[in-house]
Amino acid sequence: MAVEQFAVEASHIMMFARAVGDGNPIYHDEEHAANTEPGSIIAPPTFVQASAQFDPDYGLRPKIGGEGWFGSGGKPTGAKPRPSSGGASGGGGGGGGGLHAEQRYIYHRHPKPGDVLSATGRPGKTWEKQGRRSGKLVFSESVTEYRDQNGELVVTAIGVGVRTERPVDQK
Amino acid sequence: MALRASELKVGDTFEERLVEDLKRTQIVMYAGASGDYNPVHTDEVFTTKVAGYPSVFAHGMLTMGMTGKLLTNVVGDGRLAEYGVRFTSQVFPGDTLEAKATVTRVADGMVELDVSTVNQNGVEVLKGTAKARVD
Repeated sequence: MAVEQFAVEASHIMMFARAVGDGNPIYHDEEHAANTEPGSIIAPPTFVQASAQFDPDYGLRPKIGGEGWFGSGGKPTGAKPRPSSGGASGGGGGGGGGLHAEQRYIYHRHPKPGDVLSATGRPGKTWEKQGRRSGKLVFSESVTEYRDQNGELVVTAIGVGVRTERPVDQK
Repeated sequence: MALRASELKVGDTFEERLVEDLKRTQIVMYAGASGDYNPVHTDEVFTTKVAGYPSVFAHGMLTMGMTGKLLTNVVGDGRLAEYGVRFTSQVFPGDTLEAKATVTRVADGMVELDVSTVNQNGVEVLKGTAKARVD
């Protein structure tokens, strides 16, 4: 995934922390955060995943107007499923399609409001495995580097997506 | 708040309930915050009729995000150096998740932890490791 400008904002951090059920005040209370070791609001550990919001070509967001979106409207699906760009996860998707298999982050520091990050991705390894519950599995890795406005590396993200032959058997 | 190496030993465990009876609305909140609007997470009609799953299911990254709360509660704000997981089973609405972190190594100003999150049936949904700075 390539993202040119991912401006880290306090309100976005607050919403993200709420979504993962983390009420730690360092994610929303500036005054509290000023007296912590980091000294300011910081982003929770998986926040850079939200860079998908700033990827203009992200495949898992309906386009303005909704045209071509594969979720339900009047019918169960609005379009044929298409390969997803999957963002930093290097996968994601559903059905007999892509799922997120692994994710790893290396923190050089923790992002904070005011940072303007950019992300550059490169493909990593690919490999195959025979799954018990979903047929042949094809794994693909992607490595994304998040750098700040000074070009310093902030977070390295390694994602592994898997495409399954059929939906995962629930038994 | 931050951990001291002298107070940690291999085998120490930390546990936290991450969510009880996961609601579809929380999954919607995560879709909105993260920007991952894949309908398999929020659109029951698409997911059951087209994708072939019994219901919508949580983003793996929501489980990783919730599990991150246990880690940062243990190691302290801004101390995490590495965090990596495998998603070993899907998480569905109604699930109750418990996370556990176990100290595996304390050396060179760092603590290493194994982390595991299980659902109400004892099925592991996430398995991983983390590394954090300690005093």
